Amino acid sequence: MTLTEVRAGLAAHELTREEVIAALWERIAACEPTVHAFLSLADPDRLIADGEPLSGLPLSGLPIAIKDNICARDLPTTCGSRMLQRFRSPYEATAVARLRSAGAQVQGKTNLDEFAMGSSTEHSAFGPTRNPHDPSRVPGGSSGGSAAAVAAGEALAALGSDTGGSVRQPAALCGVVGLRPTYGLVSRYGLVAFASSLDTIGPIAGCVRDAALVLSLVAGHDPLDSTSLPVPPHDYTADLRPDLRGVRIGVPKEYVPRELGPEALALVERWREVAEELGAKVMDITLPTTEYALPTYYLIASAEAAANLARYDGVRYTLREEGDRVGAMIARTRAVGFGPEVKRRIALGTFALSAGYYDQYYGKAQRVRTLIARDFAGAFAEVDLILGPTSPTPAFRFGEKEDPIAMYLADVFTLPSALAGLPAISIPGGTVGGLPFGLQLIGPRLSEERVLSAALAFEEALN
Amino acid sequence: MIDENVMAKVEALAGLRLSPEERERLRADLERILAYFQKLQEVPTEGVPPFSPLPEVRNVLRPDEPGPSLSQEEALQNAPEKEDGFFSVPPLFSR
Repeated sequence: MTLTEVRAGLAAHELTREEVIAALWERIAACEPTVHAFLSLADPDRLIADGEPLSGLPLSGLPIAIKDNICARDLPTTCGSRMLQRFRSPYEATAVARLRSAGAQVQGKTNLDEFAMGSSTEHSAFGPTRNPHDPSRVPGGSSGGSAAAVAAGEALAALGSDTGGSVRQPAALCGVVGLRPTYGLVSRYGLVAFASSLDTIGPIAGCVRDAALVLSLVAGHDPLDSTSLPVPPHDYTADLRPDLRGVRIGVPKEYVPRELGPEALALVERWREVAEELGAKVMDITLPTTEYALPTYYLIASAEAAANLARYDGVRYTLREEGDRVGAMIARTRAVGFGPEVKRRIALGTFALSAGYYDQYYGKAQRVRTLIARDFAGAFAEVDLILGPTSPTPAFRFGEKEDPIAMYLADVFTLPSALAGLPAISIPGGTVGGLPFGLQLIGPRLSEERVLSAALAFEEALN
Repeated sequence: MIDENVMAKVEALAGLRLSPEERERLRADLERILAYFQKLQEVPTEGVPPFSPLPEVRNVLRPDEPGPSLSQEEALQNAPEKEDGFFSVPPLFSR
């Protein structure tokens, strides 16, 4: 059941909150031994009891799952890392606080690649999440737990975080909806920092309408985040219409390479036909800087991560390995606390920022990032939206991408828009090899309403 | 390109202590990743400014007024070691 259906059922007194929570926990009992979407869970009896006074609010005491790099007071915030295994946040993320004031309760904290660095959830220190469509395959990442929980019917909706594709790619691989908002639209206060110029919080949900609802409850200016845009809260469901008439849609040739294979290419063809049937004007466009997005992203994100993760020094965040001097203590703590992918990114970022290499790597990447953003600005002078696949492949098998570059290539279609700070959504677009394959729509900054309405039109036409 | 000296410098800067096996694996990874990333050098960027993620947001300040903050106890609740209301660390220097 979708969040929208459950809310309607509660409003019509055809359902009770107890029944909804019991049904979710039945799914959790049935699926969690295989799927492992959650790292911690609230007590359902407590949710039922505490939900009563929330019934007049938009989310009526319903539980929402939260990615475990977003701080909530009553459960741990581990980031999927040994470093934070025992960490309890003394404050709450703005997105979580806003969901609570809309009547939501925190259902549990979902699994992720350590510190959100990964595309498969295999890099969690607490074991991987499995794809509900095929447990021999990954759910994508890094918000793999949030996407798998929604796909398995264990959660009505979830929050994830998207730095380079971490909401959209797992949504695509699990066959659900994931929205990355415009950079700065949703407060990052209480989101554990990975790459501050790229990090966003976004909804993962069972349908476009649910994603629009959750976005409405968390978006808008927050004085606690100095990078939060001066945009007031807005109801993104109010003008949501499945309408593509007169909409100009560009399909970048770089997003439909031959290598996608015949099945995926046929799906993209079908999306174009659907769009034209619905009255859109579909045209071929080009985003020539696409091939540079991957190195640009990994240099910038790793550099920012190296700086942000310097705070885990054995002094403030629970884990400490003993050392006779402070330097030895810090180095031992970080050696034990961080997993291999986090170390790889810290090393890459530290190198890219170091004296003698800064201009060649980090400085260069920041300039190419400007060119990537200009590419999009040029495209949006001619089209209203950009259409393409979310990910080059459906869900891959565990261990299939041991080579870090092969893993990084899983994000090749989500990185450019992340670098440009643009809103983008992934919705189920059909299947490839019997597995979900995501359709991605990208819009100009702050065009969430346009992106969501177009996504709703595709959702209705493709189902 | 990435030799033992560069690795030693990166480890010192990043506060990482790697085992010899980890160091060699990471060194080989970095070398391959950076070789792949060399393609960025083919992009002409003369006169292109670095990216600004929020062009319209500048100098965000708040009024200099006291607001709610964490109590000392809350701020210390995740400290692995504390003493008399302070974070406690091993000595910085030998005596």
